[in-house]
Amino acid sequence: MTRDTVQESAAQKERSMVLQKQLIGDYYESLGHAREAGRRVVSTFVPGNLTELLRSFDLLPILPEINALQSGMRKLSANYIAEAEKQGHSEDVCTYVKCDIGMLKSGNVGPTGVKLPTPDLLLLSYTGCFTFLKWFELLRQEYQCPVAMLHVPYLANGRIERHHVDYVVQQLRTEVIPKLEQVSGRRYDEARLSEMLALSAKAEDDFVWVLESAKNIPSPIDAYFGGVYYIGPIFTAFRGTSEGVEYYRVLREEIAERIRSGLGPITPEGAMESQRYRLVVEGPPNWTSFREFWKMFYDEGAVVVASSYTKVGGLYDRGFRHDPNRPLESLAEYCLGCYTNLGLPARVDLLERYIREYRADGFMINSVKSCNSFSVGQLLMLRQLEQRTGVPGGFIESDLVDPRYFSTANIKNRIESYMQMLAQRRVAEVTA
Amino acid sequence: MNPELEQILSRAQTLYEDVDYKAVAEWKSYAPGRRAIGYLPIYVPRELIHAAGMLPVGIFGGGDRLEIIRGDAYFQSYICHIPRSTIELALSGRLDVLDGMLFPSICDVIRNLSGMWTMLFPGRYVRYVDLPQNYDAQVGGEFWRRELTAIRDDMTRLAGGAIADQSLRNSIRIYNQNRLAIRELYQARSEAPWLYPISQVYAVLRAGAVLPPEEHTTMLRRYLEMASQGSSLPEDRSRVVLTGMFCEQPPLALLITLERAGCWIVNDDLLLGLRWFTGEIPEEGDAIENLAQAYLTQSVATASCYAPDGQRGRWLVDAVRQNRADGVIFCAPSFCDPALLEQPMLVAALEREHIPHTQFKYSEDTGQFAVIREQAGTFSDSIRLWSEA
Ligand code: SF4
Ligand code: SF4
Repeated sequence: MTRDTVQESAAQKERSMVLQKQLIGDYYESLGHAREAGRRVVSTFVPGNLTELLRSFDLLPILPEINALQSGMRKLSANYIAEAEKQGHSEDVCTYVKCDIGMLKSGNVGPTGVKLPTPDLLLLSYTGCFTFLKWFELLRQEYQCPVAMLHVPYLANGRIERHHVDYVVQQLRTEVIPKLEQVSGRRYDEARLSEMLALSAKAEDDFVWVLESAKNIPSPIDAYFGGVYYIGPIFTAFRGTSEGVEYYRVLREEIAERIRSGLGPITPEGAMESQRYRLVVEGPPNWTSFREFWKMFYDEGAVVVASSYTKVGGLYDRGFRHDPNRPLESLAEYCLGCYTNLGLPARVDLLERYIREYRADGFMINSVKSCNSFSVGQLLMLRQLEQRTGVPGGFIESDLVDPRYFSTANIKNRIESYMQMLAQRRVAEVTA
Repeated sequence: MNPELEQILSRAQTLYEDVDYKAVAEWKSYAPGRRAIGYLPIYVPRELIHAAGMLPVGIFGGGDRLEIIRGDAYFQSYICHIPRSTIELALSGRLDVLDGMLFPSICDVIRNLSGMWTMLFPGRYVRYVDLPQNYDAQVGGEFWRRELTAIRDDMTRLAGGAIADQSLRNSIRIYNQNRLAIRELYQARSEAPWLYPISQVYAVLRAGAVLPPEEHTTMLRRYLEMASQGSSLPEDRSRVVLTGMFCEQPPLALLITLERAGCWIVNDDLLLGLRWFTGEIPEEGDAIENLAQAYLTQSVATASCYAPDGQRGRWLVDAVRQNRADGVIFCAPSFCDPALLEQPMLVAALEREHIPHTQFKYSEDTGQFAVIREQAGTFSDSIRLWSEA
């Protein structure tokens, strides 16, 4: 993910931001030149992505969700969605899909202006979302390229069981790896994969440290709006690379420094000095008005200390690490454990823990129209969390990349009244 | 109308209208210790419930026959209707008659609904049934055999007695007969749709959600026999295939509207789970293996199942050809991800074959049909002209 929006206006430019911008820029460049360079590319999804496995075959991943959210941030998505709807895609379905298809129909120029290559394979990592299946079936018709299907069973009980792992590993061996071999012309090299997984684990340690730094008061990070930048490399193309390791090392150092100096997160409006409320957030952010959305929290002095969205690409903070000694099993466990692959009760448990462990004053659910995987059940989650923690919850509705569903006035209103309620509660607590 | 036919239809209609599941309570009351297990669309292995001596009960929402009082408070406006009415049924106590619920993996709504159930009704039996999307006998097959065995164990526990292999084979046979009768009904309707109006076919089919399969098969067979002797004369109407209705069901009035607008419905995917297999499941040998194999190799094609060959829409073109249909009506519930994401691929498949189509959306509690009537009427007229040209 680029940090343009933050970076342009940030009071302090930090090295991690520069590094990330460079990583992303280079990545899109390499996609743009993949054909000339003779590199093969594989399209795949963020939750349960097999980046290390792809890279072990020297394959380059393309992540359509990232393209869609980048298009949203760069105000390109409305036209892409309109294009897809013109072509017969329903207004009711996930806007990531329509944004991607609209982009494809408009020449497949990626968010940074570089034309994206046609994928050589669609790796359908079917993890935590039903729409993925249809999305790649739709793309298959456009690209006429092969598909490798990886069915990741759902953890209705929130627990990974042996047979889940066996099923995923068997599919890796019989479906995914043979297709990657075919596309890349290389043999599966487990030693190489293990080396990459060791690098992943290293970066993951630092990443978790960064997330958990929000337990400090004041928090040195914003774990939602800022968090989406921190997850960028580790959720996408940079796991298992030395650049990824370096990025998280630098990020960790910077945050350690902020803690030492008692500083809050850097936001598009500058460094956040006053932190009146600590919040936990459930649900993805809105991308088309991302900065405005963040500012609404900033203006109220609300800092997000933990979020579920930063767990869609893995629950590292609950202890998962890629394990070089059990490469395929650990990839399977990674896929299984992603946030949206967890049953609703496990999701509520996790949020409850965050509220307690991060000493949150409240929690907010951003319910996005696009995503049934996230959204169905959130109203019940709201009630359950309030009951269990005694902490009040707020509920707002928006969308990912369709600006028609981001009503600034409404959302601002909701956020303001929610914060007022938190303020009154605080007064009541003090006077009680 | 023949009195026996009238009686069958009146029974089917009563069952259709009964949102209190009185028939299930009645069935349970006939003998002590009887249990009933609910399931959501599309497919669950009902044989395992039946073999344990329990009654499988299809929960297809509340349609237009249920007032939603509490259900809306649980779902945002952009989510389809069936989870609202299903929660309403449960919160109003109407599903207390059930001793457990199965939620198959069809979409994220039903998936998450399973978790909501666990939280709302602690202590009740809930199982998410994860159907394999890998169709290799050694891989997806192995996974599914294990799931089937686990469901069998659960059913054994709930019923309080072991499921003998022989009982399971017997249940497979009974459901084979039921599915065969449904296939024959579809065949007969396709040949002479004027004898089998949708209002009748749907009600008789839908009775399969609450009747024991043996009784449902008898009803289907009697209906087939009686209806085939009907005296209605063929009318010149367009022949259409309906698709998109595999989960949330349209109100019956909507289906009747289509017929009145000049369409004969010669094929559809209504209540698809009741006739999930294209052929018979072997009745001899390892029953779990047979159920597993059948799922991998004999399932109908539908939006929620991966198509490894990428031939999305082939089945729809085949259905048009086999039923000599003039066109297709896409009729999907609003906000139904599987149906609506699938639709552009199906449209493309039809357009490659120059098959006319039209589309609209519904909600199970839709009460306004004027627009649909007009649209279907125009479509029907145009395809009739087309086929005559
Ligand atoms: S439905 Fe949700 S998880 Fe699935 S592709 Fe859309 S945004 Fe992603
Ligand atoms: S109507 Fe569609 S989206 Fe709704 S529960 Fe059924 S399959 Fe899922």
